[in-house]
Amino acid sequence: MTPRYNFAFLDEDTKRMLRRALLKAVAIPGYQVPFGSREMPLPYGWGTGGIQVTAALLGPDDVLKVIDQGADDTTNAVNIRRFFSRVAGIATTERTADATLIQTRHRIPETSLREDQILVFQVPEPEPLRTLEPREAETRTLHALADYGLMHVKLYEDIAQYGRIATSYDYPVLVDGRFLTSPSPIPKFDNPKLDRSPALMLFGAGREKRLYAIPPYTRVESLAFDDHPFELQSWEHHCALCGSNDSYLDEVVVDDSGTRMFVCSDTDYCSGHRPEARA
Amino acid sequence: MSALLQVRDLSLHYGPRVGCEDVSFDLHPGELLCIVGESGSGKSTLLNAVAAQLTPTAGSVRYRQRDGEWLELGALSEADRRRLAREEWGFVTQNPRDGLRLNVSAGANVAERLMALGMRHYSQLRATARHWLERVEIDPTRIDDAPTSFSGGMQQRLQIARTLVTQPRLVFMDEPTAGLDVSVQARILDLLRRLVNELGLAAVMVTHDLAVARLLAARTIVMQGGRVVETGLTDQILDDPQHPYTQLLVSSVLTT
Amino acid sequence: MTAALMLELRDLSKSFELHQQQGARLNVLRGFDLRLHAGECVVLSGPSGAGKSTLLRVIYANYRPSLGAVHVRHQDRWLDLAKATPHEVLDVRRHTLGYVSQFLRVIPRVPALDIVAEPLVAHGVDVQQARRRAAYMLSRLNVPERLWQLPPGTFSGGEQQRVNIARGLIVPRPILLLDEPTASLDADNRAIVAELLAEACSAGSAVLGIFHDEDMRDRVATRLFPMQALEAA
Repeated sequence: MTPRYNFAFLDEDTKRMLRRALLKAVAIPGYQVPFGSREMPLPYGWGTGGIQVTAALLGPDDVLKVIDQGADDTTNAVNIRRFFSRVAGIATTERTADATLIQTRHRIPETSLREDQILVFQVPEPEPLRTLEPREAETRTLHALADYGLMHVKLYEDIAQYGRIATSYDYPVLVDGRFLTSPSPIPKFDNPKLDRSPALMLFGAGREKRLYAIPPYTRVESLAFDDHPFELQSWEHHCALCGSNDSYLDEVVVDDSGTRMFVCSDTDYCSGHRPEARA
Repeated sequence: MSALLQVRDLSLHYGPRVGCEDVSFDLHPGELLCIVGESGSGKSTLLNAVAAQLTPTAGSVRYRQRDGEWLELGALSEADRRRLAREEWGFVTQNPRDGLRLNVSAGANVAERLMALGMRHYSQLRATARHWLERVEIDPTRIDDAPTSFSGGMQQRLQIARTLVTQPRLVFMDEPTAGLDVSVQARILDLLRRLVNELGLAAVMVTHDLAVARLLAARTIVMQGGRVVETGLTDQILDDPQHPYTQLLVSSVLTT
Repeated sequence: MTAALMLELRDLSKSFELHQQQGARLNVLRGFDLRLHAGECVVLSGPSGAGKSTLLRVIYANYRPSLGAVHVRHQDRWLDLAKATPHEVLDVRRHTLGYVSQFLRVIPRVPALDIVAEPLVAHGVDVQQARRRAAYMLSRLNVPERLWQLPPGTFSGGEQQRVNIARGLIVPRPILLLDEPTASLDADNRAIVAELLAEACSAGSAVLGIFHDEDMRDRVATRLFPMQALEAA
């Protein structure tokens, strides 16, 4: 642990401000709470929102796992994990089941989460209506009035253009039957894991200075049309490493001649399912 | 027959400047009323004040909604105002680009107001959108094209379809044919005339064109300097104008 | 049995104030009285400028009278059009008072058949039935069937006028005002119009009209009503 910093990098006042915002977010599921986002020692887009939420939550006994697109070993994940072990001196892990707090970019772990775990999402754009309505004052009013017909315009356009709802990530959800919410750019494959999850889910957008939450066991519904219901992606392939056919697969190019293989995006899940692990 | 809309002593000032002053009129169901006057006469201000898009300085606007209840528009919450605009009213702007969503397809533009009302069946939305494109004489095969690829007249017809698809009871129109060339204008006027009759719409239309008023409106209000100078049956006003300003307007029309 | 009184003008005056011409005043009618009964056809006679057309327009409420009253029997009650609200005037026009001028007001892109049917639809008749009636009127007035689906903008003067008469007479109205509706018609077609008017009168309509053509006047008039220009009087 580097002694020059306060525990978990942020000063206590900032953490208190963040915790207050988080309590409000939990109290109003899906509602975007503004907060005083701080400059962090890494650029916007690298998870500054998620890091601030994590910093406000960490205690000395927490065990932190960080994933980026499901993987523990990518640059972003490794950096954030190392950052917190240096500024907070806490234990880290790559195993989902061992973590008390998981910060994630673009995935929800395949292993089911528990009530004693918290998932922190890094969010680039918290406002699901933004591409359709650029005015912040207007989107706030639409949320206040629960006037969400506009979101279906995007889904309509998808079907009109591609014959189906082609939005495959950051798929809009309605939280607790009230607030239209961006689940962050997770694949829609992960949307069902949001619904009535035992773990608390927190979302931080550093550049946009917004937090929001999906408290445990909250109803989360993916938007759809009556005749075009919400559907999950599926693969004809199995994971080339562990043989799983029920996890989210990445297509990976493995050599210069373009050979491809499909592997689990969740590296922890994958290593736990390989034959040698099962044996 | 009882009125649908009652405007009483309505004034709207922009600081010391008068937008409109002391305007009163009634609108009955199924009736199209024209507000005529030259640029700056306050007709658009009046329209926006009546449609609750601008907040009047004084006076009242009352609207009788579908269930028969009278609403005082000045006392409405933002939520109720939007509900009215969504469920019972329509607004057609002069420039279709202000009334359309340009970054989504024509079909989505027509379907949006239906989705805002809670319609969630894609095939039905699509069928309705196609039907309405046909009704405003847009080739339904262009349903997935962007409105930016449409001509000005088509865009205006698309805006009309988008507005009327929810079968509003009251439509506000601000110079819907200005800025279009004459043949396109004639087509849109004919379309409006037909749709207003078929749907039994009530409408308030602002225009500077007396011929438009004659073609569409049974009654007309003439405005000058923010005030109503003459009001009555359209043919009366055009054939036997009383006020000096109305006589000037009528005598200024080019005849071919 | 005396026929019912349908229209009564009392002390009617009409003058025009021309603000564009230094407020010049033009007096056209002064202290005018007239009574019109069901079943009669009164023809206004007199030189041009006697105010015949103005009178019809004042009765139709197209012009506003300067003084006096225009009492109309409208659905078994009397209404003074000089004081009626615009909505009342519109209702009287829809059901009681018809007006046929010399000129057809052409609506761009609307076919002749629909132009003729329109007043009947406004009267409350369903569109298909109104079109059938319009077709009957047009064929009676010898408007060739190939023209029915065309907008009358390009029709000849006589054809337009016959479309106009069909439109004006399609709704059987208790009071009919006619302003030289037959001016550009040949003798055969005038005879047909006279026939239609006679039918209307015997069905109980009260007709007040201007016909310059003497033959037409003699055919339809039950009474002549002479008028003279005010300035000459």
